[in-house]
Amino acid sequence: MELLAFGKTGWGDELFYATLMTIAVSITAMIIGFVFSLIFTPLKLSNKKYLNLIGNFYTTVVRGVPELLVIYLLFFGGSGAIMFVASIFGYNDYIEINAFITGSFAIGIISGAYSTEVFRGAILSIDKGQFEACKVLGLKKNVQFFKVIMPQMLRLAIPNLSNVWQITLKDTSLISVTGLVEIMRQSYIAAGSTRDPLFFYSFAAVLYLLLTYLSMKLINKLEIKYSRGF
Amino acid sequence: MNIIKKFSLGLLITLFLTISANADKIRIGTEGAYPPWNSKDASGKLIGFEVELAWSLCRYIGQQCEIVEQDWDGMIPALLMRKFDAIMAGMSITAERQKTITFSQGYADEVASLAVMKGSSLEGLDTPEGVNLTLGGGDVKKALKTLTGALAGKTVCVQTATIHQNFLESGDVGKVDVRTYKTQDEVNLDLASGRCDAALAAAVAFTDYAEKSGKAVVLTGPTFSGGAFGNGVGVGLRKGGDGAVSERDAELLKKFNKAIDQARKDGVISELAIKWFGFDASM
Amino acid sequence: MDLDLMITSFPKLLNATLITLKLLSLSLFFGLFIGLIFAIFRLSNNIILNKFAYGYSYVFRGTPLLVQIFIIYFGLGQIEYLRSTILWTVLKEPYWCAIIAFSLNTGAYTSEILRSAFQTIKPGFIEAGKSLGIPNKIIFYKIQIPIAIKQSLPAYGNEIILMLKGTSLASTVTLMDLTGVAKYIISTTFKPIEVFIVAGGIYLFLTFLIHNLIKYLEKRYSYLQ
Repeated sequence: MELLAFGKTGWGDELFYATLMTIAVSITAMIIGFVFSLIFTPLKLSNKKYLNLIGNFYTTVVRGVPELLVIYLLFFGGSGAIMFVASIFGYNDYIEINAFITGSFAIGIISGAYSTEVFRGAILSIDKGQFEACKVLGLKKNVQFFKVIMPQMLRLAIPNLSNVWQITLKDTSLISVTGLVEIMRQSYIAAGSTRDPLFFYSFAAVLYLLLTYLSMKLINKLEIKYSRGF
Repeated sequence: MNIIKKFSLGLLITLFLTISANADKIRIGTEGAYPPWNSKDASGKLIGFEVELAWSLCRYIGQQCEIVEQDWDGMIPALLMRKFDAIMAGMSITAERQKTITFSQGYADEVASLAVMKGSSLEGLDTPEGVNLTLGGGDVKKALKTLTGALAGKTVCVQTATIHQNFLESGDVGKVDVRTYKTQDEVNLDLASGRCDAALAAAVAFTDYAEKSGKAVVLTGPTFSGGAFGNGVGVGLRKGGDGAVSERDAELLKKFNKAIDQARKDGVISELAIKWFGFDASM
Repeated sequence: MDLDLMITSFPKLLNATLITLKLLSLSLFFGLFIGLIFAIFRLSNNIILNKFAYGYSYVFRGTPLLVQIFIIYFGLGQIEYLRSTILWTVLKEPYWCAIIAFSLNTGAYTSEILRSAFQTIKPGFIEAGKSLGIPNKIIFYKIQIPIAIKQSLPAYGNEIILMLKGTSLASTVTLMDLTGVAKYIISTTFKPIEVFIVAGGIYLFLTFLIHNLIKYLEKRYSYLQ
């Protein structure tokens, strides 16, 4: 148990910060994922075939390739790509994108593919009558979306989004290649240093379960809030 | 449209905030998981022979330095994508690696050795004390033959992307079941648990492990050098090419070579080597 | 873009795909049985079995697969007592450690899929069976299970694809599956993008096959609904 102590000799404080990092990356990735869905959900729902294709390409590829490969590709290829783009503009010096942004972005792209599917499914299951009623009432597209469609979509999407959250949270265990110190990496370091993998990996499992448990409680509260009026 | 404009502006600002260009600092990458070359202490600070050598080399060069941690299997790609400017991670100078990057002169040498748990059937092999694959000769050939026989069908564990892995796969010791791991720590774990019949790494890595863990790890067979094991450990740098950026890299190579000369002359390298390895491993 | 490298690495990667497929099929095979057993536990009236199954499912779905593999491979390998038992002949091999981890993991998800499938069978079917005087056991085997399987096809198809991606984690415990070999080629050629495109392409192709297979099975068994 002293292994978990806070302070110099124990790993408690490192693991605590690592947990905070996991939460931070997960939340950031989830938000980045939402941004991606904002772009790709309309593409997938569009009537134009080529837009559809782009949307489907994103979700199919990102959900069909193992996360490890996506993260590796983004990490090793991403910096190269960004620097290539920057060099076109004449910026030849080296660019460092900090590990947090890289990691969150990598997971965010993956999270976004799942979120896109969720939002698409949610919008498709909204009764067509709602759209027709908006047209009949002459509501502008903006108003139609934000005041009528989105609240209903969120209510339908929240259960599935909680699954996406779970996936995102667990995927953060894979970004140790970026050097970011989240739960998995910290446990890895501790296990290597103390040669006690059983203890630290089991504890990591406990931490993830704790995060899962707390997330579920919070999401349940959200579900109740958004079901009001139905 | 307004929202999209605001958002993209925000995104660009965030991107700029995360981009940092620092022309004067030299960033040096190391693994932090290969004691006694480089490792971390209990508080997570990078320590080791190369960490201290890096600081002193930078003093000779006269520029500010920053030491960056990087996983071994992404070491060279990270250098190429400019995450740092130099590698000091116990990386041996090999012809293979020189296809992609360049090295300074060697500053220290490591000999490799097989390790087994006490009581293993591979203990006490009848081989000469040291084998230099570049020099070759009848002795070397005999030693390799002994090893081929002893290791036939056995499982030998190594860290991935190392000279040790290259050697085992070169066929010099015949057909061996090579298992590769992300870090030396994992190799040690599986050696101790009995999943590996033997492991191959720098001799000092095993003696360090035996000391720190108290496990009965013993070296067996000859110490290896030369050939697939390269010619000493040096500073890994990007190759020069065209353009202003790579001019900086070529400059860096000169600076490091000069600094290593000076450090060697002042006895700094030997001193650090004795401190961390227990013997003078300097070149 | 080094096309040469992509062409030369393709056969090596294809070879490694066999290992990936072996891992996938064995894990799904064991996972299906585990899933069925725990689904039945979850539906039973016995509180102990119920809670036990719930706990199992919660733990294996709430923790990352990577943690599970590491605990089974490195964690169990650390226990001296285990090393002297007969279990060690199995746990010694990374191949079986991976399969155990994968099976337990997919078993948890499968049990949830099957449980929800059982619970959403239209009561009419069961009532019809009872009114025909068919004994409960036979109702279970001949009516409930086939319907449950058919209803779980979309979700289970998803699970197969998730497991396919999961097998890539075998590379973290020395196994040379598709991802493992891809990482190895990259470590010697330093061309991550080319290699990942080929490896990713193979995974996508497999996903495509599985997706279409499930669609075909769904069509074929649609008479059950």
